[in-house]
Amino acid sequence: MSEDKDQNNILEEVTSKEYQYGFYTNIEMDTAAVGLTEETIRFISDKKNEPDWLLEFRLKAFHHWLTIEEPTWAHLHHPPIKYQDIIYYAAPKKKKQLESLDEVDPELLDTFKKLGISLEEQKVLSGVAVDAVIDSVSVKTTFRETLSKHGIIFCSFSEAVQEYPELVKKYMGSVVPYRDNFFAALNSAVFSDGSFCYIPKGVRCPMELSTYFRINAANTGQFERTLLVADEGAYVSYLEGCTAPQRDENQLHAAIVEIIAETGAEVKYSTVQNWYPGDKNGKGGIYNFVTKRGICKGDHSKISWTQVETGSAITWKYPSCILKGDHSIGEFYSVAVTNHYQQADTGTKMIHLGKNTKSTIISKGISAGFSNNSYRGMVRIAKKASNSRNFSQCDSLLLGSKCGAHTFPYINTGNETSVVEHEATTSKISEDQLFYCQQRGIDSEKAIGLIVNGYAKEVLNKLPMEFAVEAQKLLAITLEGSVG
Amino acid sequence: MLLNINNLHVSINGKEILKGLNLRVNQGEVHAIMGPNGTGKSTLAAAITGRDGYEITQGEIWFKEELINEMLPNERANKGVFLSFQYPVEIPGVSMTNFMRTALNAKHEFEGLPIVTAGEFLKKMELKKQLVDIQAKLNNRSVNEGFSGGEKKKNEIFQMAMLEPTLAILDETDSGLDIDALKVVAKGVNALRSNDNGFVVITHYQRLLDFIIPDFVHVMYDGRIVKSGGKELAFELEEKGYDWLK
Ligand SMILES: Nc1ncnc2c1ncn2[C@@H]1O[C@H](COP(=O)(O)OP(=O)(O)OP(=O)(O)O)[C@@H](O)[C@H]1O
Ligand SMILES: [Mg+2]
Repeated sequence: MSEDKDQNNILEEVTSKEYQYGFYTNIEMDTAAVGLTEETIRFISDKKNEPDWLLEFRLKAFHHWLTIEEPTWAHLHHPPIKYQDIIYYAAPKKKKQLESLDEVDPELLDTFKKLGISLEEQKVLSGVAVDAVIDSVSVKTTFRETLSKHGIIFCSFSEAVQEYPELVKKYMGSVVPYRDNFFAALNSAVFSDGSFCYIPKGVRCPMELSTYFRINAANTGQFERTLLVADEGAYVSYLEGCTAPQRDENQLHAAIVEIIAETGAEVKYSTVQNWYPGDKNGKGGIYNFVTKRGICKGDHSKISWTQVETGSAITWKYPSCILKGDHSIGEFYSVAVTNHYQQADTGTKMIHLGKNTKSTIISKGISAGFSNNSYRGMVRIAKKASNSRNFSQCDSLLLGSKCGAHTFPYINTGNETSVVEHEATTSKISEDQLFYCQQRGIDSEKAIGLIVNGYAKEVLNKLPMEFAVEAQKLLAITLEGSVG
Repeated sequence: MLLNINNLHVSINGKEILKGLNLRVNQGEVHAIMGPNGTGKSTLAAAITGRDGYEITQGEIWFKEELINEMLPNERANKGVFLSFQYPVEIPGVSMTNFMRTALNAKHEFEGLPIVTAGEFLKKMELKKQLVDIQAKLNNRSVNEGFSGGEKKKNEIFQMAMLEPTLAILDETDSGLDIDALKVVAKGVNALRSNDNGFVVITHYQRLLDFIIPDFVHVMYDGRIVKSGGKELAFELEEKGYDWLK
């Protein structure tokens, strides 16, 4: 119990620090001109004091980006994004600092309360001035020390570029090349920062690695880049994100996550995404175009993605696995909830290249209001990937009659010894279930939370404990107001 | 008076099912309702518990001197109205423990009582489980999911025991039960029976009434109560059927 408490304290301190950190950057100096040109990219690279090879990488990505168009195949509709109206490099904006929680949007506070977020943390998240109680440098070093004892590197992407250039050079772009897609090219050209993590041979990372503990990242920004390498026989569980609603003024997000699992390595990557979804009428909200991909490079390696997606006005995201090593395993567990006018087009790709490879896909889409929720998945089994297996299950749950659920599975089996199984169901939240709960005294909103959590349980169970409880509350909160 | 139903007319999708029904239940009484299939017994239960789609076009339902025609179902439940469903519903992924705890806490919240601690709750579960002879492992399973017909019905009585209602409506809780399960259900009901609460027991079989002895028996036909009497009426029905009442 006391260990938990310690962790919470540290967590609080660290998050306070992150916030403070954003405040003493000279804003005028560190902001690029509006729009995207070669100049912008040189400016960014220069600001970050980057080596030439990285500048070249960015420039190549940029020139490629200029030649391609935004993808239109997703089941998503939004006004055109004006790429030349965006500021591509800016220090975190200094928001108006508030004196106390009384000045904060009561609706936001209500959400915090329901999530069980501590008062101190509420202040940090909503932009109320917080005194730094403890010297955070010491917190930082405690974590660093524990990790470095095991030879684990966990730092910001910029730091990694300076301190571990050979590792970054070796792996960056090896899973998601800048040519991969429009948003990957954009990110590769302008990414501001992100996380880097390296687990050496044979090391089991002793704690869940959470972006909370990565002090250098001032804000999980618009064009983030994460590179996670598990060397032979290593294991790591990585948590991305935060369950509290993130009010970010940047509308476009285009992140990249790359994972490399060498022989016998295992990576568990969990995300809870709760960016601002826009208001009830579909005004505002984040456009989230993310490219996430991992490669099971060596034999007997494993990559497992778990995601709970409740935020963003638009979600375009397909965490995927390339199963290159023989006997490698890829997993994708997803809960995507959309309410009001949110749109999500999410799923995965499982590319089987090695023999005896195995993949599992469990996707639970929940739509309410006027929202649209699509599962898009591809399972490809190469000719040489004999004796491979995939099992996919895609369930959609509809709340109300004005929302949409869609499933787009693409299956391609290149040999006869492999088996692909696909199951899909669409159901409506049943009036019988609702009434049954209500008859036991549970109000309709709580009842929906209960039923939906039950529906998504298989996926929620895959989340690390720290995340699971908050994710459950989050599902219920996201669907508030979805029944009359 | 616990329940006072006055000239109740209920329509489903514009079709009138209950056509001027009267029923009065006092504290401490057990009323049995019998009648042929499709005469509106479950409809009555749905109307009392406030199910959506059951439109009251005329008449009143009073519960403890309060008009509840328009009250939300969960509010009625929290005030002490319980329905043992004819067809209990499965809720996948929601454990019985979690479900019951949410329900009990809702009631506590409604009554302004503090939330039940995990310890208190588990103790209560233990106690009530014994009462209805429910196997421990059922509580870790999802609500009604994969329960046998009999288990589902016992589970309804278990929930009733947990929530301790003042008015319990049992809709064919005896259907599909073997004789031992029937005794268990009756034991659960009789344990709860007191001078403060009442029961409405809907059944097709006189057999149940051997174990839960009613104070009154009513016969429903075409949306109305057409005959009322003491427990001997049940025997008469068993013998003669319903035709003589039509
Ligand atoms: N949702 C509905 N829509 C249309 N008609 C309905 C609906 N529910 C019930 N009914 C009709 O109302 C009538 C009464 O049904 P109810 O279920 O109340 O009967 P019951 O007396 O409980 O019968 P049983 O003994 O078979 O359980 C039936 O004719 C039934 O078909
Ligand atoms: Mg019935």
